[in-house]
Amino acid sequence: MKHTKHTLSMLSVALLAGAAQAGTLSIESWRVDDKALWEDVLIPAFQKKHPGITVKFAPTAPTEYDSSLTARLTGGTAGDLITCRPFDKSLDLYKKGQLEKLDGKPGMQHFPASAKVAWQSDDGKDSFCMPMASVMHGFFYNKKIFADLKLAPPKTQAEFFAALDKVKAAGKTPIALGTADQWEANQIVFTGIGPNYWQGEAGRKALIAGKAKFTDPQFVAVWEQMAKWAPYLAKGYSAQTYADTQNLFASGRAAIVPAGSWDIAYYKQQGLDFGAFAPPVAKAGDKCQISDHTDIGIGINPKSKNKADASKFLEWIASAEFADLYTNKVTGFFSLSSHPIEVKDQVAKSMLDWRKSCGSTIRLNAQVLNRGEPNMETELWNVNSQVLNGKLAPKAAAQQIQAGFAKWYKPQQ
Amino acid sequence: MNRIARWQIAIFLAPALLIYASFSAWPLLDTLGLGFFNTDEAGQQHFAGLANYYKLLLDPQWSDGFWNAMGNNVEFFFIHMLVQNPIGLLLAALLSLKGVRFAKSYQTLLFLPTLLSVVIIGFIWQLILSPLWGVAESLLAQVGLAEHFQPWLGEEGSALLTLALISVWQFIGIPMMLIYAALIAIPEEVIEAARVEGASAWRIFWQIRLPLILPTLGLVTILTYVGNFNAFDLIYSVKGALAGPNYSTDILGTYFYRTFFGYQSQIGSPTMGAAVATLMFLVILAGVGVYFFAVQRRLQRHAF
Repeated sequence: MKHTKHTLSMLSVALLAGAAQAGTLSIESWRVDDKALWEDVLIPAFQKKHPGITVKFAPTAPTEYDSSLTARLTGGTAGDLITCRPFDKSLDLYKKGQLEKLDGKPGMQHFPASAKVAWQSDDGKDSFCMPMASVMHGFFYNKKIFADLKLAPPKTQAEFFAALDKVKAAGKTPIALGTADQWEANQIVFTGIGPNYWQGEAGRKALIAGKAKFTDPQFVAVWEQMAKWAPYLAKGYSAQTYADTQNLFASGRAAIVPAGSWDIAYYKQQGLDFGAFAPPVAKAGDKCQISDHTDIGIGINPKSKNKADASKFLEWIASAEFADLYTNKVTGFFSLSSHPIEVKDQVAKSMLDWRKSCGSTIRLNAQVLNRGEPNMETELWNVNSQVLNGKLAPKAAAQQIQAGFAKWYKPQQ
Repeated sequence: MNRIARWQIAIFLAPALLIYASFSAWPLLDTLGLGFFNTDEAGQQHFAGLANYYKLLLDPQWSDGFWNAMGNNVEFFFIHMLVQNPIGLLLAALLSLKGVRFAKSYQTLLFLPTLLSVVIIGFIWQLILSPLWGVAESLLAQVGLAEHFQPWLGEEGSALLTLALISVWQFIGIPMMLIYAALIAIPEEVIEAARVEGASAWRIFWQIRLPLILPTLGLVTILTYVGNFNAFDLIYSVKGALAGPNYSTDILGTYFYRTFFGYQSQIGSPTMGAAVATLMFLVILAGVGVYFFAVQRRLQRHAF
């Protein structure tokens, strides 16, 4: 009996020690692809500065991330640091008390207001995530195919379609794009090529203010352009997944792929010689507008037992060292901090240079527009895929989105 | 000392009862209850009576999706009933014939897909049917049917049928095995007596074997029904939670997933999800109820 008691007390001591062990942080993230990079580069770099703090990077697949994170936060088993989706998804967590307020925390001063806005309350008073990185959207082109056909990266839409016709005549697939997974149709295509039509921020803010409608010509025109793409896509594109698209372009069978900057790493790994061009404008001389989307932030779980170390980690995230490592090692994710960073990858650098001549905006529906029911993101995936599939006319697409929007959004009623 | 006291019965029942109550009955009741609440912005739940059900069945924004999923689910079930179970019966009948060579090997091969993970099945079939690198098109071309090839999984008109047939391909082994077991349990004397009376093989099958395996066919039907109305994994692994194109492959399982867990920027609602789960439960309960009252009670026990 005495023996058992002894073992029990030993066991409880061991358990307590395990629970109270200081200096362990765990990061929730959807960036499964970057796991090795965090473990081999980023975390060791952090530990050099802060020895004794153990950091674990624990990602969940992107499509599962939001639901499983919500479940873990509610159940109290979530990690100490939470990777934040931009705008409403994280705002929702903050409102439920599942993200710590970060104003005044060391490091926050290194970010411009335009980056912080993605993780602030509507009145701008509370910040709840530290901005980490943005992604950009445009087109990649196969340099070899372009050289063989004596094509230059198109600047205007007329040049764009002329190039497509030429590639098609040469027997290659002009555009690698499928609609089986649906999200590309919205996040890369619609909100990628759209800003040129709705004038970037001006158009986005007009929708929020209730001064513009999706049925206005500047929005319908985007769907009209998408409807014209069908003949240039691969045969059977309605069953083509994103992985198929990546393979099609990486294997050199397609000349152009509408892509996000995060794809740079993948295509480079495949050994492809490619370049990037911004979404073509209507006529030569127009100011270009690009989708430069604040995509990743990081915040602190209020229930974390180790907030002091979590703050130290955030301070490091705000450092020039992290900005440099993240931008240059996680190719295609651009640091949002105000530290001047030299981008080493050529394609990434050429994309970043668009900022100099083009207006920047975020994904059209990321802020406010996704808040109601029916959910606009979901609706846009469906509607945009159908337009590409030729199953829905551009005008009907506009009407469906506008009707869903006006149903719950007061300024649109 | 052979008398069994009541407390002994209670003690022996307790473990099973406790496990069933805490892992099956209680979660079910809790879900049924949760459907009567709604969630506010701060994550608090408030009693809302039938509001969720009212929304789900009468507000077009929810009901359109719900009835679409229900319709697709019914279609999914009928395809299984019309394809999976008759073919299962046919295979079982063939395998139970005397003197079929390699019968055991066929049995194993036909049952094998059932053992594979749905994720693998979905992936394999997506590759086979891929318009870019699939073998389906070249196989059709070999028999001169290349022009009939379509991206079946991507077309609104054919995606659900294709997925249902993939599911049939995977699960054909289950009705086959169940029916096969019933067929070989029929005593040889019954069949021989019929043969002596001059009955043809055809007639023996329809008038002797089939009536004797009716209880098994009923069981297969109800298993198919419950399985299909709870289906989710195949659709999710091939088409994702949005079940495209244009929700043409959306069934109750995927609809529930989107409602309960949310999807992308759509925020999930446990309370609304509970209401959807309750309706799914009621649909399955109704189907099983109809089966028990209308079919099961009429089945006769055959003593051999």
